[in-house]
Amino acid sequence: MARIESEVGKPQGGLMKWIDDRFPFTKTMEHHVTKYYASKNFNWWYIFGVLAFVVLAIQLITGIFLTMNYKPSATDAFASVEYIMRDVEWGWLIRYMHSTGASFFFVVVYLHMFRAMLYGSYKKPRELIWIIGMLIFLVLMAEAFAGYLLPWGQMSYWGAQVIISLFGAIPVIGDGLVEFIKGDYSISDITLNRFFALHVIVLPLALIGLVFVHIVALHEVGSNNPDGIEIKENKGPDGVPLDGIAFHPYHTSKDLVGIIVFLMIFSAVVFFAPEMGGYFLEHANFEKANVTATPEHIAPVWYFTPYYAILRAVPDKFWGFVLFAISVILPLFLPWLDRSRVRSIRYRGWMYKSALTMFVITFFMLLWLGLQPAEGLYVVLARIFSVLYFAFFLLMPYYTSRDKTKPLPDRVVYHG
Amino acid sequence: MTEDDLDRNRRHFLSVATAATGVVGVAMVAVPFLSSLKPSARAQALGAPVEVPLASMQPGEMVRVIWRGKLVFVLRRTEDMLSRLAGVEDDLRDPDSTEYADHQPDYAANATRSVKPEYLVVEGSCTHLGCAPLEDFEVRPAEGWEGGFFCPCHGSKFDLAGRVYKGVPAPSNLRVPPHRFVRDDLILIGQDMGAA
Repeated sequence: MARIESEVGKPQGGLMKWIDDRFPFTKTMEHHVTKYYASKNFNWWYIFGVLAFVVLAIQLITGIFLTMNYKPSATDAFASVEYIMRDVEWGWLIRYMHSTGASFFFVVVYLHMFRAMLYGSYKKPRELIWIIGMLIFLVLMAEAFAGYLLPWGQMSYWGAQVIISLFGAIPVIGDGLVEFIKGDYSISDITLNRFFALHVIVLPLALIGLVFVHIVALHEVGSNNPDGIEIKENKGPDGVPLDGIAFHPYHTSKDLVGIIVFLMIFSAVVFFAPEMGGYFLEHANFEKANVTATPEHIAPVWYFTPYYAILRAVPDKFWGFVLFAISVILPLFLPWLDRSRVRSIRYRGWMYKSALTMFVITFFMLLWLGLQPAEGLYVVLARIFSVLYFAFFLLMPYYTSRDKTKPLPDRVVYHG
Repeated sequence: MTEDDLDRNRRHFLSVATAATGVVGVAMVAVPFLSSLKPSARAQALGAPVEVPLASMQPGEMVRVIWRGKLVFVLRRTEDMLSRLAGVEDDLRDPDSTEYADHQPDYAANATRSVKPEYLVVEGSCTHLGCAPLEDFEVRPAEGWEGGFFCPCHGSKFDLAGRVYKGVPAPSNLRVPPHRFVRDDLILIGQDMGAA
């Protein structure tokens, strides 16, 4: 590539230099990819960030192709989804990838968040990464909710009815707000149209913007690792952390294995169990929206049910809404609720370990309870686990500050 | 210009004034955008009153109509149904419909929550989270059920006048939409009594 100036009579450096003089291409690539050093002892818990990116790409691409055949109107929406499923070539595949992708997005994001809780990734100086991540999670919930109305099935309609009605619990402005969100006196063609706009334009833009900021913030402070120690504190003579290896090609080649395994599981669901027994696509939604009859048993899709269980556990409309909202927001405060001296669970004591174990059980129990009818023993259990859910967060300052911690190593270590 | 020439007060005033003008401008531009999200003229026109003929209704029969996209129940109550209203009052949260005055027009703020005791007109939308309650008019004394409405979503219960029971998530009685009798056998839903 290098040419001798006297021979050619042009400046050296070629196309790359020409670009770099005008746009920081090489600089950006080095900062974020080829000279971004992440710890060499990452385990598989660290795959979920990359996988979330992969699912986002799947959702964007399949989503674009779905809009080419979908009709956002109360009279045509349901039929247009059936048209995609039956008459559009490979339409069923694109739609099943999109619907399966929605559930997988939450699986991946929940595991990604749990990784942060395992290794204290939200602790100083990564508080802002966590907060941006929580905002991504909230936008993702809104995105999934708006998307769920679009097929205009029975569950779409009544699920939206219930969730939008939640805002009616806010004193004074509640009723007006509900009408403003719907844009009509009931959920109608108008509501469907604006949810379509939110789902395909507003929220995806917000999502992409937040993901960009999430990564910029991460690359500024550097990735955490399973030991929860700062690799930047041990640098070699070249200024590179001794325990760090470049994101590309080292982490990327390892991530590729994870992506392939993920796509194998994803494909298995898309091809063999796209409805996942009614959990990914609810059976009531194969019937067109009917204003005159609520389905016998209505439940949100599985990824909302932990919070929905908390909502139903409270026998009061206003307080049910308040506790529901708090349960969603509460993890945002983890960086300040956690008073432990160490980040990683590897060096924490029995208190945090048992609290986190209990929290995982609580989360799964609430997830399951939210899918059950709100009666009898289910309600009692939902109340018990709601209390445990809040206790995990609210008692955290107490048990994390008292918990005995183990001494931290100077350099990262490998476990198994 | 040197630092000393700077009139800091003047600069501060100009900055604040510029910012304030900008904020006012943004607020004014926001009005049309936000207003465009409110129910449109067409949505309001589609909210026109609907007629419900009563001639063919049998005692104990209920019809469902759609007004403003909302489900409305019209129930022709029997003498037996009406006689059971007083018996359940102790179990109701707001038997006299006084707590939420906007949930029914004044002419329906009475013991039977209706213009004519025989005909109950209520919105079929649970005041908890908006599911459509199911009618369950069968009396089952063993369960203490005197007949009424049951919401399948979160278990709220209402009596035969749409009044909410105690200890259920719904906070208030079912709403009574504005309505009037055009003739003895014709109800107009969506228009108040006295309006022509």
